Amino acid sequence: MRLDEKTRPDFPILSRTINGHPLVYLDSAASSQKPRSVVEAISQYYERSHANVHRSIHTLGEEATELYEAARDRVQRFIGAARREEIILTRGTTDGLSLVADALCRGLAPGDQVLVTEMEHHSNLIPWQMAARRQGLRLAAVPVTGGGLLDLDALDHLLDERTRVVAFAHVSNVLGTINPVTEIVRRARRVGATTVVDGAQAAPHLPLDMSVLGCDFYAFSPHKMLGPTGIGVLYGRRERLEHLEPTRGGSEMIKEVWIDRAQWNDLPWRFEPGTPPIAEAVGLTAAIEYLEKLGMERVAEHELALARRTLDGLAAIPGVRVFGPPRSAARGAVVAFAVDGLHPHDVAALLDAEGIAVRAGHHCAMPLMRRLGVVGTSRASFSVFNSPDEVERLLTAVAGLRAQL
Amino acid sequence: MTVQIGPYSDVIRERWRRPRFRGELPSANAVAEDVNPLCGDRVRLMLSLADGRVAAARFAGDSCAICAASADVTAELIAGRPVAEARRLAAADVLAVLQADIRPTRMRCVTLPLSVLEQALNGHGR
Repeated sequence: MRLDEKTRPDFPILSRTINGHPLVYLDSAASSQKPRSVVEAISQYYERSHANVHRSIHTLGEEATELYEAARDRVQRFIGAARREEIILTRGTTDGLSLVADALCRGLAPGDQVLVTEMEHHSNLIPWQMAARRQGLRLAAVPVTGGGLLDLDALDHLLDERTRVVAFAHVSNVLGTINPVTEIVRRARRVGATTVVDGAQAAPHLPLDMSVLGCDFYAFSPHKMLGPTGIGVLYGRRERLEHLEPTRGGSEMIKEVWIDRAQWNDLPWRFEPGTPPIAEAVGLTAAIEYLEKLGMERVAEHELALARRTLDGLAAIPGVRVFGPPRSAARGAVVAFAVDGLHPHDVAALLDAEGIAVRAGHHCAMPLMRRLGVVGTSRASFSVFNSPDEVERLLTAVAGLRAQL
Repeated sequence: MTVQIGPYSDVIRERWRRPRFRGELPSANAVAEDVNPLCGDRVRLMLSLADGRVAAARFAGDSCAICAASADVTAELIAGRPVAEARRLAAADVLAVLQADIRPTRMRCVTLPLSVLEQALNGHGR
């Protein structure tokens, strides 16, 4: 049985019609749809077990705490982290990356260097930009080759003895490029730089193992992997987290407090001030359970097949240009494309009129758009519930677009 | 008035394919340009102002069909009109010409040329 045949009945939203057509949802890279089990886990939590966590000495408080902390354990296993205290639950990828950028850069000196790449989502660029401006750091970007890959030779040239951070996407949200994390980490480590990986487009799509990737920090968003919005995961290697000063204060992140000082809590709570996203953590557990039942290898294989068919199909339509690495390369579950003479927003609006949801615009990667020489692109992205039929519907619709405007 | 399914009316299609006011205006003495941060659409409006009137108007830029059509209609509605009247041009006036069902997410595509117009008129003579 194909993966989508198995999963589609689990996603209630797929029975919707949009503008008179069955919904074809090809925007999971922005935010995926949710299986019933995730929605039910959240409502069951609110209906049966809700209370604040950690400080409530009553039954519901204990249940909520147990459920919240269980999410951490589940994430730890899901991404192959060595210890549970390496998992910090944040509000999203942006939040996690911004936390790391603030905390890491605070200890840096003017003239130290932070490296990013030309293919970064703004969430893995702007926090570094802000820190660089604040601290007088040098900020440089590893260029992207014509083939949509990171230029690793250029990385070697950019790395110097004052490079403190190398921040990069695991999978590009536009090009679909899967960057060689282990290799980049190896090179960064030669100069003693800390590695920070934006895993927003990788976690929903690829099996992850932090012990293999070897990076220092890794951030991702459950809402792109069948889970709820409002929660994020930040993995940090224990040795790194231990030496990091928290940048956000409040309850929960302290052990003992005086008027003029405080003692920080243990890891990971040191980085989780305030009431955390509890219901969202419950939903996250359900999402991981769902994905693990399918098997991440199978998920990756299914989505790659859809992406390849989309690439082939789009490339065969006159006037359509696709972006990213060649077909033979492994890629994430996204395909960005442009239709000659049509603005990406018009492409998305015309497809929406046929019930097909794609993303259009700069995809929060303006420097990459500039590099590609376009104002924006349209992007189809895939999840476990997408079918080959849906890809065919996209291709047919795109082929008819130019006649419509 | 025909309102069609989706945001693309015949007027928008026609203005997108055959804009009447797209181009350069070397005599322009009031020029402004702005972008829509949501989509990166960019519109430049060039006005030639004389004796309290908009003697000529042209637009340039890289944008979606709705934004381009709006810029084209905006230029048409102000060309030859008194500056004071051009200042009063509102989204409703442009929408009345476009005859399209524009949803809130695309309304900025319609209003970008109008905010560029405001900037061009405010920048002039200040």
